[in-house]
Amino acid sequence: MPERVNEIIRSPGFWVTVWRRFLRDPVALAAALVVLGLILMAVFAPWIAPQDPFQGMSLRRLKPPGTEGYPLGTDELGRDMLSRLIHGARISLFMGIVPVLCALFIGAAIGIVAGYSGGWTNTLLMRTVDVFFAFPSVLLAVALAGALGPGMTNGLIALTLVFIPPIARVAESVTTGVRSRDFVEAAKASGAGALLIIRKHVLGNVLGPIFVYAMSLVAVSMILAAGLSFLGLGVKPPQPDWGLMLNTLRTAMYTQPLLCALPGVMIFITSISFNLMTDGLRSAMDIKA
Amino acid sequence: MADTVLDIRNLRVTFTGGAKHVRAVDGVDLAVAPGEVVALLGESGSGKSVTLRSVLRLHPEAKTRIAGSIVAAGVDVMALTGAALADFRGKTVSMIFQEPMLALDPVYSLGQQITESIRKHEPAVSAEAARRRAFELFEQVRIPSPERRLDAYPHEMSGGMRQRAMIALALACNPKVLLADEPTTALDATVQVQILLLLRELQRNLNLSMIFVTHDIGVGVEVADRIAVMYAGRIVEIGAVRDVIRTPRHPYTIGLLSTRAQGGRLSGNRLTTISGSPPDLANLPPGCAFAPRCASASAACREAAPAPVDLGAGHVVRCIHTAITA
Repeated sequence: MPERVNEIIRSPGFWVTVWRRFLRDPVALAAALVVLGLILMAVFAPWIAPQDPFQGMSLRRLKPPGTEGYPLGTDELGRDMLSRLIHGARISLFMGIVPVLCALFIGAAIGIVAGYSGGWTNTLLMRTVDVFFAFPSVLLAVALAGALGPGMTNGLIALTLVFIPPIARVAESVTTGVRSRDFVEAAKASGAGALLIIRKHVLGNVLGPIFVYAMSLVAVSMILAAGLSFLGLGVKPPQPDWGLMLNTLRTAMYTQPLLCALPGVMIFITSISFNLMTDGLRSAMDIKA
Repeated sequence: MADTVLDIRNLRVTFTGGAKHVRAVDGVDLAVAPGEVVALLGESGSGKSVTLRSVLRLHPEAKTRIAGSIVAAGVDVMALTGAALADFRGKTVSMIFQEPMLALDPVYSLGQQITESIRKHEPAVSAEAARRRAFELFEQVRIPSPERRLDAYPHEMSGGMRQRAMIALALACNPKVLLADEPTTALDATVQVQILLLLRELQRNLNLSMIFVTHDIGVGVEVADRIAVMYAGRIVEIGAVRDVIRTPRHPYTIGLLSTRAQGGRLSGNRLTTISGSPPDLANLPPGCAFAPRCASASAACREAAPAPVDLGAGHVVRCIHTAITA
């Protein structure tokens, strides 16, 4: 019998389809490449940076970009700007990604539990979350970091707490949507317990949208972290952090405007790349059946 | 009946979630023998799906009050809790849903979903053995090129194939009772017939007992040994297919049968309808629920719910006017 008759073209899985659609989006692809470059830069900073980011030289303070040996100039203590910016990517990306990841775990757990159990559990969890959600995120981050005291760890905790409510909200609404779908009842009818249903059927359907939402928070987190450092509530000097550099170079605003804009440019490039990449990912995942 | 695999007695289901309590099922008795197919026939809201779901206790417990007894394969379903209930579902009794596109999880391949179910109930089975069994199930439900279809996702298959996969999933753990909730309603007519024939064949080969919920009389006649007609949460007439179809005795069944289009013979004529509309389940009349729409209703009909009348050969009708309807 000719088996060809029944030949079906194996259509690719969900993520493969998303990946292909993503590759066809030039803007998102370019943004993703920039993000990839920044991550590589952060990882390999000690090997890429031409000079020691901590080594200052009071004779060469505030040199403009293009100075011999210092392609992007030097900062107010005579440290190489290029090296500091490269090293700064480490902290900035760390402060962008890690709080969001922590918040993703905690927020998704809260949201999924609330969404799946419904009723009183839902009300209790989500109203508590709403209390935090009511604060503007910048204000909450500053207040928390201020209360916890300066330092990177405290900044991290503050940012994590800021991002739990929005992620929990999204997780809850997606879970509520999935919970009432037929396949959850079908899973129940075939003997799956609540844990198995959450682990496989809810998580499998919910993680994508939550993850994409969390990605869009990375840029926000980075900017907030930079803001905290700028206010002296985050990373402490002499760590090369873009927000902190913006703060210390502020005094040179009138003498070397180009120089003191550089950390801001890095923050801008990174956050817009993350945003464009997330937008692309979201539209790639928005596959109508 | 001495030999029953599923015995439902005086089942009452009330939904207490809303402002008014809705009495969806009001005293249903139903016994299914091994290898027997019973069709639950009725219009939307008559309680047929609610009855079916009660057997697996699928109703949200906080918002539902269930009374009566359900015994399936010697297991008292009402007494089951937690892990025992999860174990019972899918293994002793399993269910086929109306819309396979919605009842299959879109993010897992069909093979994954079937092996998940097998390994949930039989943890000793290796992943490989479970997959082999899924393959055999796919062959059994006649899915072409089963090896490849196991890795397919629900959206990649046609409606008929999806429903076949759904049947394979329901049969994965060799259940004794199969509940089918309008399994062919979402399919087009030609596929419907194929699925019905397949179900009937599988049911015979595996000696399954089956409750088949449908609102399509033709489908009921096709698959069932017995037909139970439901109206407003009660079984108003039950009997062998032939008895119920040829000599219906409840005015509702008579009305229902006369509403069927009689092919081309009556073209040009208006279709017969049952006047009025089904009663509000939150506010049922005290007597026979069909009385307000019934031509032969008398004062007695409106006072008390009619007791079942046995007309012989298992043909039971809940109507006090069986003498008139004969």
